[in-house]
Amino acid sequence: MNSMNWLSVYPEILLLVMACLVAMVDLFVTDEQRRPTYWLTQLTLVVVGAMHLSYFNEGRIETGMQGMIVSDPMGHLLGFFACVATFVTLVYARPYAGVRDILKGELFTLSLLSLLGIMIMLQANNFLVIYLGLELMSLSLYALVALRRDHAGSTEAAMKYFVLGALASGFLLYGLSMMYGATGSLSIPRVFEVIATGAPNKSVLVFGVVFVVAGLAFKLGAAPFHMWVPDVYQGAPTPMTLLLGAAPKLASFAITIRLLVEGMLGLAVDWQQMLLVLAVVSLVVGNLAAIAQTNLKRMLAYSTIAQMGFMLLGLASGVVGDSRDLTANAYSSALFYVLTYVLTTLGSFGVILLLSRQGHEAEEIKDLAGLAKRSPWYALVMTIFMLSLAGIPPTAGFYAKLSVLQAMVATNVPFYIGLAVVAVLLSLVGAFYYLRVIKVMFFDEASDTAPIGAPGDVRAVLSLNGLAVLVFGLLPGGLMAWCAQAVVKLLAA
Amino acid sequence: MLLSLAIWLPIACGLLLLALGRDEQANTARWLALVAAVISFLVTLPLITGFDTATAGMQFVEKQAWIERFNVMYHLGVDGISMWFVPLTAFITIIVVIAAWEVIEHRVNQYMGAFLVLSGLMVGVFSALDGLLFYVFFEATLIPMYIIIGVWGGPRRVYAAFKFFLYTLAGSLLMLIALLYLYLQSGGSFDIQTWHKLPLPLNAQTLLFFAFFAAFAVKVPMWPVHTWLPDAHVEAPTGGSVVLAAIMLKLGAYGFLRFSMPIAPDAAREYAWVIITLSLIAVVYVGLVALVQQDMKKLVAYSSVAHMGFVTLGFFIFNELGVSGGLVQMISHGFVSGAMFLCIGVLYDRVHSREIAAYGGVVNTMPKFAAFALLFAMANCGLPATAGFVGEWMVILGTVKYHFWLGAIAATALIFGAAYTLWMYKRVYFGEVTNDHVRELKDINAREFFMLAVLAVAVLYMGLYPKPFTDVMHVSVTELLKHVAQSKLVAP
Repeated sequence: MNSMNWLSVYPEILLLVMACLVAMVDLFVTDEQRRPTYWLTQLTLVVVGAMHLSYFNEGRIETGMQGMIVSDPMGHLLGFFACVATFVTLVYARPYAGVRDILKGELFTLSLLSLLGIMIMLQANNFLVIYLGLELMSLSLYALVALRRDHAGSTEAAMKYFVLGALASGFLLYGLSMMYGATGSLSIPRVFEVIATGAPNKSVLVFGVVFVVAGLAFKLGAAPFHMWVPDVYQGAPTPMTLLLGAAPKLASFAITIRLLVEGMLGLAVDWQQMLLVLAVVSLVVGNLAAIAQTNLKRMLAYSTIAQMGFMLLGLASGVVGDSRDLTANAYSSALFYVLTYVLTTLGSFGVILLLSRQGHEAEEIKDLAGLAKRSPWYALVMTIFMLSLAGIPPTAGFYAKLSVLQAMVATNVPFYIGLAVVAVLLSLVGAFYYLRVIKVMFFDEASDTAPIGAPGDVRAVLSLNGLAVLVFGLLPGGLMAWCAQAVVKLLAA
Repeated sequence: MLLSLAIWLPIACGLLLLALGRDEQANTARWLALVAAVISFLVTLPLITGFDTATAGMQFVEKQAWIERFNVMYHLGVDGISMWFVPLTAFITIIVVIAAWEVIEHRVNQYMGAFLVLSGLMVGVFSALDGLLFYVFFEATLIPMYIIIGVWGGPRRVYAAFKFFLYTLAGSLLMLIALLYLYLQSGGSFDIQTWHKLPLPLNAQTLLFFAFFAAFAVKVPMWPVHTWLPDAHVEAPTGGSVVLAAIMLKLGAYGFLRFSMPIAPDAAREYAWVIITLSLIAVVYVGLVALVQQDMKKLVAYSSVAHMGFVTLGFFIFNELGVSGGLVQMISHGFVSGAMFLCIGVLYDRVHSREIAAYGGVVNTMPKFAAFALLFAMANCGLPATAGFVGEWMVILGTVKYHFWLGAIAATALIFGAAYTLWMYKRVYFGEVTNDHVRELKDINAREFFMLAVLAVAVLYMGLYPKPFTDVMHVSVTELLKHVAQSKLVAP
C-alpha cells in the first residue's frame, strides 16, 4: 500500500516527459506543417497505448504512488482506448487545423496534457487525485477550445465551457468534501470500508452523493446538466469538439465507476435513483431536441446527451437484489457502451472533418447532401456510424444497446423492464434523426460538388474507423469479453 | 454450409457490386448481379431435393458459437415451415434483377447490390434458429429497403421510406425486449428451440405474445397497422414492390409460426380471437378499400393486406388445413403479388402513370402482355388451377371446420377479390383504346416475356400440383399444432 511502485505509472510518466519534450521540440520546428511535432506526438500515443494494452493483458491489480493510484484492467482498457481516440483525432485534425492556422505546438502539447489528465483519472484511487486529473484535463481542453482566438464562436464556446466546467468541478469538490467529512478519508477503498461499517451519518453521505452525482452528470453531459454540451460542441473548432467529446467521456465514465462503485457502492440505492432520473431525462431531452437541429455538430451533441442517458441506464441497474453477477453484467454493459460510443463519435466527427476544407465548414446537415454520389464509400461509412448511433444491427451500437437492455431485463424487476421499454421507444425517436442524415446523403441532390481533398492518412484511418464499427457489429464477442473481464476484476478487488 | 452459402453469397456479391462504382460500368453490374442471383438460387436447390419430408426436426443445421458472452449461437436450420421460403427468396431476386435491366439507369450497381444484400438477409431471417441472430437479420433488412425506396422511388419516396423504417422498427424494438426476457427466463440462452420448451406463466406469455405481435403484425401487415404498406408500395420502384410483397411481408407471418405460437401457446389460444378478428377485418374491410382505389399499385397493395389476412386467419384457427393453407398462401402470394407488381411496372415504364384512368384498351396494343396479366389477375382472385386458389381454399375449409360463420365471412373475400381485380383488369385492358399513350404502346420484349413466363409457369404449377409444397409442410405443421395444443403454463 505504501510503496511507490513506479512500474504502474510508467505510461503516465512517459506521457508527461513527452508532453514537455514536444513543447520544447516545437520551439525549433520551422516547418509550417509541424511534421516533427506531429509525428513525435503520434509516436508517443502509440507507445503509451501499447503499454496500456500490455498492462491490460497482464491483468494485475496493484496500487502505486503510496496508494494514490490503482493500476487495474479497467483503467488500462480505457487508457488504451483514450490513446486510440486521441491518435485518431489528431490524424483527422491535422489537415483541418493546417488551413485554419491553429496547427501549432500548443495543439499537440495540450492534447497530450489533457490525455495525461484523463489517464490520472482512469487510475485514481483517491478523491484528490481524481480532482487533480480532472482539472489537468479540463484546463487543457479550455485552452484548446479557445485556440482559434480570432473566431467569435470558438471564444464564446471556450468561455461557456470554462464557466460551466468550473461550476461542475465545484459541485464535485463540494460533494467530495462532504464525503470526507462523513468518512474521514480521501482514499476510495477506505471510504468504501467506512461506509460498509454503517458508522457515518447517512444524511451527510447522501447529501454528498447528490453533489458528486451532479458534478459527474455535468462532466458526462447528462440532462438536466447538459446546457453546455450543444453550444460547446457547435462552437468549438471541430477537432477540439472531438478532443473533448471522445476521450474525456472515457474519463468521466471511469471516475463515475471509481467514485460511485468503488467508493460508494454501499449507497447504490441512493445514487441509482438519481442516475435513473438523469438517464430518462437525458433520453427525452437529447432525442427530442436533436430532431429540431439543422447543424450536424449540434445534432450530434444532443445525440451525445441521449447516448449518455442510455449508458447511465446500464450503470443504474447494477445493484438490484444481491447478485454479484448482475452487478458485473450491468457495469460491463455500460463500459462496452461507452467504448463503442467513442469509436462511433470519432468516425462521425471524422466525416465532418473529411468534408471540411479551407473556407468551408461541412457542419450543416445539408452539407452532406448527395454524398452518395460524390463519394459512395464515405457515404457508406457515415451510414455505418449513423446506424450504430441509432442502434441498428449489424453495427457495434446495436450490441451496446442490447447489452444495456439485457442488463436491465436481467434484474427481473417489472420497473426495470418497463424502463427498458421506455428506453427502446425513445431510441426509436432517435432513429428518426440519424436516418435523416442517411436520407440527406443518399436521397438528396448534391449542393456541394467539390472533390474531397483530404489526404491519404485521413481517408485510411476514417475507413478503418468505419470498418471497426462494422466488425464490432458482426463479431462483438471479443470486446465484450474484455469489458466483462475488466469489470469482474474491478469488483473482485 | 448450404444455408450459410445461401445467405452470404448474395451478400458478398452485393457488397462487391457496391464497390464497383460508377454508372459507366452499368452493364457489368447488371450481368454480375444476374450471375450472382442465379448462382445464389442454384445453391438453394439442394434444399428442395435433399429435404427429408418425414421429420419435423431442423435440417441442414449449422451451429457455432458467435458471441460467447451472451451465449449467442450462429445457428441455422430449416424445417417444413421455413424451407420453401429460402428458394423463393432467391428466385424472386433473379426476377427483380431481370425486371430492372433497362429500367434502372442511374446507380445501377447500388440498386443491384442492395437487392442482393437484401436477399441474403431475408434468407437469414428464414433460417436463423437463434433469437438474436434472427433479430439481427430481421432489422438489417430495413436498411437496404430504406435505401431502395428512398433513392429509386416515386415523388413521395422520402416520406414512404421513413414511414416504412420507423413503423417496422417500432414493432421490432418491443420484440427485442421480449427476446431479452426469454433469454433471462431460459437461464441464458437465445436458442429458439429451447424457448419452445420453456414453461411460462400466463401473464408472461401474454406480454410476450403481444410484444411479438407488435413486431410481426406491423410486418405482415395486419389491420390497423397496415398503413405504411400502401405508401411504401406506391413509392417504391417496381423491384422494391415485388420484394416487399413477395418476401418481406412473409417475414412477419413466419414470425408468428416460429415465435408467437410455439413460445406462448397458451396466450396464443387465449388471444386467438384478437388475431382472427383483425384478420377478418383485413379480409373484408381492406378488400372493400381496394375496390375504390384509383392507383393500380395501391389497389394491389391493399389486396396484399387482404391476402395476408387469410394467412394469419389460417394460422390462428389451429388446424392443419388452416396452417398449411396459410403457408401455401404465403408462397403463392409471393408469386402472384410479385407478378402483379411486375405487370404494373411494365405499364408504368411505358406510360409513366399508375392511374387506372390513364389506361383503357391495352389488350388491343399489347395482346401478349394482356394474356399474362389476365392469368395473374385470375390467380389473384383465387381461380381454381392457379396458385391463388389452393391456399385460400384450404384456409376457408379450415375456418369452416373451426366455425361455420367465420368461414362464411372469410369466403366473401373471394367475391371481393374477384371484384376489385377483375374490375381493374376490365378498366385497364378491355374496351376501346382511350388515349394516344395506349395507342403507341409496344408489346413486351423478350426480357419481359421471359420473366412473366417464368412466373406464369410457377403460378400454374403450384395451382395444378401443390403436393410438393404441402408434403414438405405436413410433418412440421402437425408437430407445431401438437406443440401448441399442449399447455406450457406453470404457476406464476
